[in-house]
Amino acid sequence: MHALKWWQRGMVGFSIAVLAFLYLPIVMLVLFSFNDSKVTSFPLAGFTLHWYEAFLANEQMLRALRNSLVVAVCATALSVVVGVTAAIALDRYEFPGKRLFQNAILLPLSLPGIVTGIAMLNFYKQIGIPQSLTAVVIGHATALLGVVVSQVMARLAKINRRQLEASADLGATPVETFRRVTLPTIRSSIIGSALLCFTLSFDEIPVTYFLTGREVTLPIYIYSTLRRGITPEINAVGTVIVAASFVLIILSVTLLRERRPT
Amino acid sequence: MTSTPIVALERVAKTYGVFTALHPTDLQVEEGEFVTLLGPSGCGKTTTLRLIGGFEAASAGRVRIEGEDVTERPPYRRPVNTVFQDYALFPHMSVAENIAYGLSVKSNNIPKVERQSRVSEALAMVGLDGLTHRRPGELSGGQRQRVAMARAIVRRPRVLLLDEPLSALDVKLREGMQVELKRLHRELGITFIMVTHDQTEALALSDRIVVMNAGRIAQIGSPSELYDNPATPYVADFIGATNLLDGQVIGRDGDEIALRIGGGTIIRSRRGTAIPANAKNVILGMRPERLLPSAPDVANTLVLTVKENLFHGDRLRLELTAEGIDRSIFTELPRTAVAAVSSVDPGSRLVFHIDPADVMVFAGEKNP
Amino acid sequence: MTLTRRTFPGFAALFSMPFAWVLLLLVVPYGIMISVGFWTRQFPLFYPDFQFGNYAQIFSDPQYTTVILRTLKIAALVTLGALALGFPLAYFLVFTVRSAALRNLLYMSVVVPLWVSYLLRAYTWKIILGTDGALNSLLVSTGIVSAPLDIFLYNQTAMVITLVYIFVPFMVMPLFTVLDNIPRRLIEASEDLGVGPFMTFWKVIVPLSLGGVIAGSTMTFCLAFGDFVAPVLVGGPDGTMVANLLQTQFGAALNWPLGSALATLVLVIVLVLLQISSRLDTAGRVELT
Repeated sequence: MHALKWWQRGMVGFSIAVLAFLYLPIVMLVLFSFNDSKVTSFPLAGFTLHWYEAFLANEQMLRALRNSLVVAVCATALSVVVGVTAAIALDRYEFPGKRLFQNAILLPLSLPGIVTGIAMLNFYKQIGIPQSLTAVVIGHATALLGVVVSQVMARLAKINRRQLEASADLGATPVETFRRVTLPTIRSSIIGSALLCFTLSFDEIPVTYFLTGREVTLPIYIYSTLRRGITPEINAVGTVIVAASFVLIILSVTLLRERRPT
Repeated sequence: MTSTPIVALERVAKTYGVFTALHPTDLQVEEGEFVTLLGPSGCGKTTTLRLIGGFEAASAGRVRIEGEDVTERPPYRRPVNTVFQDYALFPHMSVAENIAYGLSVKSNNIPKVERQSRVSEALAMVGLDGLTHRRPGELSGGQRQRVAMARAIVRRPRVLLLDEPLSALDVKLREGMQVELKRLHRELGITFIMVTHDQTEALALSDRIVVMNAGRIAQIGSPSELYDNPATPYVADFIGATNLLDGQVIGRDGDEIALRIGGGTIIRSRRGTAIPANAKNVILGMRPERLLPSAPDVANTLVLTVKENLFHGDRLRLELTAEGIDRSIFTELPRTAVAAVSSVDPGSRLVFHIDPADVMVFAGEKNP
Repeated sequence: MTLTRRTFPGFAALFSMPFAWVLLLLVVPYGIMISVGFWTRQFPLFYPDFQFGNYAQIFSDPQYTTVILRTLKIAALVTLGALALGFPLAYFLVFTVRSAALRNLLYMSVVVPLWVSYLLRAYTWKIILGTDGALNSLLVSTGIVSAPLDIFLYNQTAMVITLVYIFVPFMVMPLFTVLDNIPRRLIEASEDLGVGPFMTFWKVIVPLSLGGVIAGSTMTFCLAFGDFVAPVLVGGPDGTMVANLLQTQFGAALNWPLGSALATLVLVIVLVLLQISSRLDTAGRVELT
């Protein structure tokens, strides 16, 4: 590196501090999940896997975890199907009200989740659908539509129209062109947005809070436990989630990198 | 000609809302011809090519290929293939996959073995071997160009459409590819229809050039016809350069006419048949290279003052002014001719001669 | 493609399903929420109506106005905090880090926490700032204080710290993008014209990065404004935010019409903010050539 001026050094130090600020709490979570003490305090009391055992023995928590996975998978699948179809229609056609439709889809991403949750709760109550995991799946799929539509549309917009014309010129029907040119090009954006949807759905609280019934998802379970007080079990399940998130990120980064056309 | 033209446009027009990209146009292209659509951007040349390729739907008129009406047919049902301006290679496919694409589509499903031999054949044809597994992103501009050509010709189209095929290449490469294009056209024996805005390219390659302007065909002809006998001042100035001056007919003797230009100078032209007998105001065209330094006592001369001289290697380009003419006149002198004149420094007065056979005359009131 | 008789069937085939989905499951619910805001409550039931009583109550009852003002204040503090941390970080990433690979890695490391559960990230501050928490025990064991302090947790400061922590990445992302798009030659040109690095920063970089500041601030503000987890986890008795008030209306207070009116108010506030932000962004946009 070049010799840095004093203020540049200050900036480097400050930036490292901000990065540390971003990761320190996560490190704490992991650290205390292995700490043999009921309280999260220093000095550390020793290594234990007790909290992981407790988490694995907690039927309610495991059930909530399973519910979360099911909800996230279903919501993601629905979001991708509806979102990709919408993105293609929006990319391909000009029609009155197009901007309005796009804004409507993006609204839940900029609005506080709690407003969307309340709107959906009101709606389900009016048409008589009971609060349930199904309601949560539909709610998540709808709220996360914007993620898929915006990412896939951005990728579609970058497709060179000439490539689609070239495909037709070489004798491919529109369906063949979609399968062999469009789909491979937008595949990475579909995978990327699906992973993002999955994470957001798995982690979602406000919409879930209003739409869920007797069955709860993991974040709701943790949230209600936390209101009562801290148990290091939460640290253990938190560490597992953090680890899973990191695996997912690394997976998506490598997957998307290999798919990228050179 | 009695044979059916391979491509025929019959009163074909294209409008976008209120904007007319192409006015009703007729055009016939014969089997095996190399035809170039030439014009500035926005003249309708690319629209015409895209109408033949099927990428645009005609607003009016019929498009025929081999006599068959294909106006309503999508691109994938037309026996033509296109080399796109930016090549439009599929970035996620290798060179071989790109070229084999048109052989593997449902409508043209060719057995794998034959596919491979045809891909190699096409690659050899464009002089590109050994890069079959590369992706387009790993190729140079010239190589991509060749892949685009191979991909189009591998389907053995009756007509190859080329949309500014050389515009993305640098000058040196472009000249090399011009030779390649000409060779390819000869070897394949099929019809080429090319779009370009580069007149040198058009003149060098084409059997016939279609000069277009503002959504209309201005003139169709062989390169030499267009150069020697441009039909309009526009064509005269677009194909090569031409000094265009306003003039009045003051006398007429058969095909020879006498014209007065600004400042009272009289110029004679032997191309009087190009204009109506009663024409009064006309436009004169003089090619810069036809204006030659001369002695003052020769007929058909112009006295001009040097405004600027620009060194062009083997030639000297002069910007000249004349009294009573409000625009500059340009000439290009061979360096050998410069020695014959006293001085080309700004301010020098020189006498130029032009052969009456070289003075073009166009009907028209005012300079374009 | 524009819609014509010829292209319409294809369009309808593609678009009808997403259109019906969005209309029925997204637009209609917001519509119903807005209309329920005008209903009346006669405990424990609600009746369709059209009256502004709910809104009148929200604006006249200090219980609601205090919370709304407090939420605006906290969201503003969080935005300022995130900007103070995020701008230098983004600047550092773009202009100080010279290796593109390292820059991408560091940028990724800023974004990655967004993928880690939001709830858990809020929760970690509870274990850090608590009376028995990491910070206190560290202070006690190093002898800086003699007994654990209870000043860290359950107050507005704890909420602001937690929310800043959660939303900093949202601030850094747009800032990084705008800074990265500033052509280096502009900075070189400024320095070539004899302007020092500080003035170059003020006269060139700051004006050209305003779009990112606006985008990042709007996002951070809106997210913080609607948060209801941080107040519950680390906020104190004076930490109730609008979202908690909303929760109560649909829970213990069982006043859906009032809750819906309040939610509509939040919706309007956020939409107005987004509108202002997009106006500011368009007005301040310069074409980078």
